[in-house]
Amino acid sequence: MSTTNALKMDKPVPDSLLDTSTQGIIGKPLDRKEGPLKVSGAATYAAEYQIENLAYGVLVGAPFGKGKITGIDSDVAKALPGVIDVVTDFDKFLTTPAQGLAPKAPQGVENVQYFGEIVAIVLAESFEAARDAAQQVVINHEAADDGRYDFEALKGEAEKPAKGDIPSHFSQGDLDKAMTDAPVTLDVTFTTPSQNSAAMEPHASIATWDDSGMLTLHGSYQMPGNDVEQLAAALGVSKSKVRIVARYVGGGFGSKLGIAPESVAAALAAKALGRPVKAVMARQQVFDATVRRSNTEQRIRLAATADGKLTAMGHETLTSNLPDDDYFEPTGQATHFMYAAENREINHDIVRLDWLLSGSMRAPGEAVGMLALEGAMDELAEKLGIDPIEFRKINEPEMDPEKGVPHSSRELVRCMDVGATSFGWDKRNATPGTRREGEWLVGIGMAAAARANMLQPSEARVTLSATGRATVETDMTDIGTGTYTILGQIAGEVLGLPLEHVDVELGDTNFPTAAGSGGSFGAGSSGTSVYLAAEAIREKIAKAMGVDVDALTLKDGHAVADNRRVPLGELAGEGIVAIGSIKPGKQEKEKTQSSYGAHFAEVGVNAVTGEVRVRRMLGVFAAGRILNAKTARSQCLGGMTFGIGTALTEDLIHDPRNGKLVNRDLAEYHLPVNADVPQLEVEFLEERDIHANPMHAKGIGELGISGAGAAIANAVYNATGIRVRDYPLTLDKILEGLPEL
Amino acid sequence: MQFTINGETHDVEPDIRASLLDVLREHVGLTGTKKGCDHGQCGACTVLVNGRRINSCLTLAVMHQDDDILTIEGLGSADNLHPMQAAFVKHDGYQCGYCTPGQICSAVGMLDEVKKGWPSHVSDKLDSVSLSNDEISERMSGNLCRCSAYPNIVDAISEVSGLTPAQKEAADA
Repeated sequence: MSTTNALKMDKPVPDSLLDTSTQGIIGKPLDRKEGPLKVSGAATYAAEYQIENLAYGVLVGAPFGKGKITGIDSDVAKALPGVIDVVTDFDKFLTTPAQGLAPKAPQGVENVQYFGEIVAIVLAESFEAARDAAQQVVINHEAADDGRYDFEALKGEAEKPAKGDIPSHFSQGDLDKAMTDAPVTLDVTFTTPSQNSAAMEPHASIATWDDSGMLTLHGSYQMPGNDVEQLAAALGVSKSKVRIVARYVGGGFGSKLGIAPESVAAALAAKALGRPVKAVMARQQVFDATVRRSNTEQRIRLAATADGKLTAMGHETLTSNLPDDDYFEPTGQATHFMYAAENREINHDIVRLDWLLSGSMRAPGEAVGMLALEGAMDELAEKLGIDPIEFRKINEPEMDPEKGVPHSSRELVRCMDVGATSFGWDKRNATPGTRREGEWLVGIGMAAAARANMLQPSEARVTLSATGRATVETDMTDIGTGTYTILGQIAGEVLGLPLEHVDVELGDTNFPTAAGSGGSFGAGSSGTSVYLAAEAIREKIAKAMGVDVDALTLKDGHAVADNRRVPLGELAGEGIVAIGSIKPGKQEKEKTQSSYGAHFAEVGVNAVTGEVRVRRMLGVFAAGRILNAKTARSQCLGGMTFGIGTALTEDLIHDPRNGKLVNRDLAEYHLPVNADVPQLEVEFLEERDIHANPMHAKGIGELGISGAGAAIANAVYNATGIRVRDYPLTLDKILEGLPEL
Repeated sequence: MQFTINGETHDVEPDIRASLLDVLREHVGLTGTKKGCDHGQCGACTVLVNGRRINSCLTLAVMHQDDDILTIEGLGSADNLHPMQAAFVKHDGYQCGYCTPGQICSAVGMLDEVKKGWPSHVSDKLDSVSLSNDEISERMSGNLCRCSAYPNIVDAISEVSGLTPAQKEAADA
């Protein structure tokens, strides 16, 4: 029988078992548990399960923008050898993917909302036959004459959305008056384009119904616990009749938070055929019909006294989305708490467009919001004649500047100081365009980083067996985040077991429901559930030893107390099972919680071509306890590289005539490649956050991208004196400002 | 038709439209080779054919009669890793792991190209090539990694290349 150790985070937890335990594995840079499987090709991703009698499905997208399907002509396709059927369901196919954590996905495809919307699936005995036949399916349609595809033309018609992750509008004091009164002000507008998460594994599902009407979906999903609800709702079946398996996920970055069109198409087709169906999105379909980060237009207004004290901050953002979706990129999320200023206005409005869905992509909000805020801070610092780091320090808020509550832990100043020393900030020439090496103009820049810290309900089961091994089970996912490893480290640390003696089973909704991977809350939430379960087992071990739990030491598979040393297996009896359950509580309102950091970048800008190369980059981060120094560093490297892409190359282009994505593949949508990324450096500061969770750890997966691109843009300015506010900083935008050759 | 995969002879009758990648994944059951784009744009499907690295999505299976194909599974297994695989684990040269088999096959093929003296875009001289981080980055840029483990991938390859005396010699030259 299992016990449940439940905690609602209403109060701080000042003492952590991770500090008093002695196994000594928490925080250590241990290799990933699943590493040998991944490097030998033995880790099994969604589309790779060997399932008998599988039919291959290839999805068909609408070859037009907004409009109505008048008929699907599939006679030619069906007549091809090997083709089984062409299946569609105008009511049940997903219109768009579900937003992360949404209860359900929008359904119905007769009235197509955007170019590339998935409207049918071709089933065949082989992938080749299905792919061939999919080219032959004709979607007859009437294009709508009221399609809205041009952001520039329609941005005057923006509307206020419902509250999202943060309120859509916020106002405090009088921004306009403060702008008029202040001796030094800045009023600038930044733009960022649509972006694609571009996880290396395309969205994929294998759907298998058994005789009892139970659906098993092997899918590439970040949040199986929530996705299973969305999938059941879409199919009109009970949640208990759906199981999602996602043991390995080839990256997500937000694009796999909610169920995507291939899951429902595969499930419906499998039902119709009476056999399992595999549906993998083509890379172009991932671009066309999953989810993008919205383009943004962000107006930043700052007002300051002559000695650099901010009196006002305005951050007004236009984002875009489909007519029926109120999700907006919360660009102002960090602006709410970053800097002190009495008068504040932080607004988000949506321009309604018939483009594909916009939703979460790595660090929704901060990732592009801080490009604007941290760029503007650099500009105003220069206007004031104050060093950018000093300017930020002057405006460091003692309390949350809006809510008036304390920060849970905030080491921004220390991050900037440590980074300045490590990077050699004192060698920066504040006058731009003054350092030249051959044909390269060289400059350095910095930006602050912040990412709001969140906790989500999460459960895990831990079992200590009679053999002395522990097993962790939860439907949490490891999308590259290091979850297999850190959950093993947490359980091992609390139970006194080496990592090799802890088995971690993830990504299966048969296990207790976890938070899933998103919003940087995965490690804190699922990690705490494992911690709590292990804590309960620890108490049972103490009882079995007949000692007080505080007198117990667990190390290397043994319990030590009262001058006795007993193998854990002997104390486990027939096995000790415990469930850990964490829920967010009052701590998230009573304290403002965020991870912080500082980015430093050195760039070379080619004086002839305008090409920008990142030469060096350092991120210094404080995110509470670091659970694994190796995997945490990698998360930051990844985030910083997303920052390089955001700053320099990534730009998803929509055709203003029909919304079609122009650059819908990996040759035309430019991710940073190896040669674009120097040997980035990452430093972590020692920090504990007792308000976040009992592990004192905060989120880290999205911190590395937040502010990273701004440091690069600020470095480009330092190198050239050219301020580009239209991301990405491609050479065409720099060229005309360069000095005569 | 016949070809050799990881030292084993396979008799296959592939659809003439089937890529080598799809035959490996869907017919032979070797799913270690990944499909990231199916258009030769990401490198996740990199395998070694007769010792040279190629994108297996860009070549039809029927073009490979009698060829010697090496996939990630043939390089080493989870309990008997090839030095390059072990170095990727040690240096955390991956995160989600999806591009990883392609990165590793590519790295092995790439080191052989350097050994043969093939120059790259960043080589100072065309007739005497030595390995450096810049060379590794340049030569590995056909393999995308969205998790962006690039610095760790460079460290892993650099360590493995250092194990080969010939490489060291070339680097010192």
